[in-house]
Amino acid sequence: MNHLNASTFEAVTCPACGLLCDDLKIERNATDQLKVTTNGCAKSIAFFERTPKESKPTIAGAPAELKAAIAKAAEILRGSNQPLFAGLGTEVQGMRSIMSLADKVGATLDHMNAYSSFRNTLVVQNSGWQVTTLTEVRNRVDLLVVIGTDIVSHNPRFFERNIWNKESMFGQDTASREVVYLGGENLDTSHGVSPNGSQPTVLPCDLEKIPEVTAALRALILGKSLHAIEVAGIKTTDLQALAEKLKAAKYSVVTWVSSDLNFDHAELSIQNITELVIALNAKTRSSGLPLGGSEGDYSVNQTSTWTSGYPMRSRFSRGIPEYDPHHYRAETLLENNEADAMLWVSTFNPEKLPPKANMPSIVIGHPNMQVQVNADVFIPVGTAGIDHTGTMFRIDSSVSLPLGKLKNSDLPSLNTVIAAIEAAL
Amino acid sequence: MLTKLSGGKVYDPAHQIDGKVMDIYVRDGRIVERPHDEEKIDQTFNLAGKVVMAGAIDMHTHIGGGKVNIARMMLPEDHRADPTQHSAACRSGCGHAAPSTFTTGYRYAEMGYTAAFEPALSPVNARQSHLEMGDTPIIDKGGYAMIGSDDYFLRMLAAKEDQNAINDYVAWIMHASQAIGIKVVNPGGINAFKFNQRALDLDEHNVHYQVTPREVLKALSRAVHELGVPHPLHVHGNNLGVPGNVDTTLKTMGASEGYPLHLTHIQFHSYGTEGDRKFSSGAAQIAEALNKHKNISADVGQILFNQTVTASGDNMRQFANSGLASPHKSVIMDIECDSGCGVVPFKYKDQNFVNALQWAIGLEIFLLTDDPWRIFLTTDHPNGAPFTSYPHLIRLLMDKSFRNDMFTKLNLDAQAMSTLNSIDREYSLYDIAIMTRAGAAKLVGLHDRGHLGIGAGADITVYTDDPDREKMFAKPDYVFKDGELVVKDGQVIKVTWGHTHTVKPEFDRGIEKDLKQYFDQYHTMNMENFKVSSDEIAEGGRGGVVVQACEGRREKSE
Repeated sequence: MNHLNASTFEAVTCPACGLLCDDLKIERNATDQLKVTTNGCAKSIAFFERTPKESKPTIAGAPAELKAAIAKAAEILRGSNQPLFAGLGTEVQGMRSIMSLADKVGATLDHMNAYSSFRNTLVVQNSGWQVTTLTEVRNRVDLLVVIGTDIVSHNPRFFERNIWNKESMFGQDTASREVVYLGGENLDTSHGVSPNGSQPTVLPCDLEKIPEVTAALRALILGKSLHAIEVAGIKTTDLQALAEKLKAAKYSVVTWVSSDLNFDHAELSIQNITELVIALNAKTRSSGLPLGGSEGDYSVNQTSTWTSGYPMRSRFSRGIPEYDPHHYRAETLLENNEADAMLWVSTFNPEKLPPKANMPSIVIGHPNMQVQVNADVFIPVGTAGIDHTGTMFRIDSSVSLPLGKLKNSDLPSLNTVIAAIEAAL
Repeated sequence: MLTKLSGGKVYDPAHQIDGKVMDIYVRDGRIVERPHDEEKIDQTFNLAGKVVMAGAIDMHTHIGGGKVNIARMMLPEDHRADPTQHSAACRSGCGHAAPSTFTTGYRYAEMGYTAAFEPALSPVNARQSHLEMGDTPIIDKGGYAMIGSDDYFLRMLAAKEDQNAINDYVAWIMHASQAIGIKVVNPGGINAFKFNQRALDLDEHNVHYQVTPREVLKALSRAVHELGVPHPLHVHGNNLGVPGNVDTTLKTMGASEGYPLHLTHIQFHSYGTEGDRKFSSGAAQIAEALNKHKNISADVGQILFNQTVTASGDNMRQFANSGLASPHKSVIMDIECDSGCGVVPFKYKDQNFVNALQWAIGLEIFLLTDDPWRIFLTTDHPNGAPFTSYPHLIRLLMDKSFRNDMFTKLNLDAQAMSTLNSIDREYSLYDIAIMTRAGAAKLVGLHDRGHLGIGAGADITVYTDDPDREKMFAKPDYVFKDGELVVKDGQVIKVTWGHTHTVKPEFDRGIEKDLKQYFDQYHTMNMENFKVSSDEIAEGGRGGVVVQACEGRREKSE
């Protein structure tokens, strides 16, 4: 990120979704208001242009000094036998501090998106997968198969940056790339229309029928024949045609968004997708591509994994890290009174509020969060990428980027606050 | 603070000291001259009868970066079997095949290692490698930037750009990724796999760029040499694991036309095709060639029997081997038109013919290669075995009867194909100190590590001399890191942050004009963000970047 002058920033990294586009231009006016002037999207504009409210730490709803709030938070954690750290909307540096504190107080960790990201994790742990990254897609893809999502609700600039880019490394006519949407209803498929006007193939079905459809497609790719003439309303001949297209493609990419596959055991459908990709690689090249990503979920999983050996969800209450993506779900622990204090973190998004908890609670997050009344302690902190620097992982997990500081801020960073709480224990 | 290490038996091959009883003085993290008589010594360790060496250096170990974290993520079952407890000094974590970062630092230090180098730092993933190594306490670290399958470099080769331009690009990569060496993995092969090529021999053309691995090796080995980078081009050759690859490896030794090369995990590249099963040892030929070619060094990549996980940039070969995964799962990735990775869990078994012979081949290479300054002790952690098995490997090298006992337990067909039990050589403590200290430091280009001379960083390991070398090397009495006592009786007692070693060869920054345009045109990341800053590495009080000396451009190419 370059300072052109006091108030214009080029090549800004946007942490609002998993793509981490780093080509934004942002202007800052005299009152510190930010404006995305180039390469914005609905998500980045909402993120950067949100006006932060004046916000002070509170204890039991009453304004307090930061130091007192930190002391109170430490007191709550000292008095807790089973603390729960949830939300965890942060980036790598914030998560580093959370991991240290969790180890010290024996906390259980759950990220607000873990319910969907573990659908991918379970596939990696059960069978592995064959996947690719955004620059490969941008330069190589000839057939994109999108399963159960429109992508753009999560990653608005995906098609613009990775499919309909004008130039590619190997001289491909990118406008001739083919897009197929498989599964899902009433999707916005307009982004799949090529600049040359070619329409995408759309094979819709109910979301909950995706397990059948992905299983059928996998079977067809493996050379099995199906007796059924249709699967979930999609003609078998259409699926067969898609299977043939995938076999003929030189570098197909099959993509999904785990949070859109919102049905029980969606990991098995993702596994059908990744296994059909592996089968295609016997003869040609094909790759999976998990998309989506928000609230630092990928950064939290990565940091947690190198620090403890495990992604979300895990606990440290026995002095060792223990992993169980099912049992350590925050809502379940709260419902069953299996936690006795909660620390909720959401630094990117003021709308991600903590679940109701009948126990002492600490909330650390965006200054606009409306939690002062319910939380025993609230500490507003800065947002990485706006108020202070940070580090974030992209959705394809191979690339991580620095987040910049775009203005002077009185708000402390999450890691400063967490480190201070740890020191006060 | 002045510390005296009194009367230990010192092995310091950098100064030809072979078991001499002497005192060592340490002040402010450095080894210093014997002080004047009137100077107060704050602390004395009586090391009479103890063995003293510099801290050990692992010059090839996969400890940080995308593929290591994938390995961690995909093996919860392996971690559950080896949890490490939170203690007063240490963070909790887990060990075995792909340990968590904190546990990695502690366990290296507890074995007397004070530095470890990640050999496959993918430039586009360099930030992650440094983040992970940044959370690896106590030990020093560094990385070799992996190029040779990246589109930008292959374009340069295809366009027959001159060597100076290639040198500039290589230097730029080293700065951007904060590296201390350059590695090439399956030269050109990772890239060829993306064009659906399934094998690439030394003189075979990449279908898109029409360049061969030989051209990649020559251009890169020359660049590294001309930039004055102390560590020679670090080569993971073509055809890893393929029976008959000994021929490729022998040809690779000549491919640099005299420029220095380091051939890594050479055991995996030393296979012949003799015998009923068309799989045989090429160790004798490899050792003979290593003895002859003084510009070539190698580390072994010894396999040891147990569960582990293989993690490599070589997605072409890892894909080919994914059917052998145990447990049956693997992650294969194409990465950013820059590199790739493949993570395949594997269980080496002593009753399996191939695995047993791999074990014997590695040891044959160790024992038949004459010069311990050019052969290095590695298991290619975790690919051949986790680094925690080094003490066992040292015993295999130092103790012939132990080695032969192990040999007789192997698959009988494999025994019949190996000459191992006819080799009498036993490594000495001096040899071990060369391989794991002085030689490794020299090879990597760590001018102030790996020796105990005046001015060296006070990374010092003290062992009890025990005929059971495995026991001896598993649990040092003391380990000092930059002069601080960090391990006592094989247990971490103090946690410090080590340095990140780099080199910064000079280059013409004009290259950035073209690179910026290239990034803007084709990449999904801004060129400035590709660069990892020194501030990022030092974030949160972790150890900072140390720039080791480069000798500058040795010669400008004509």
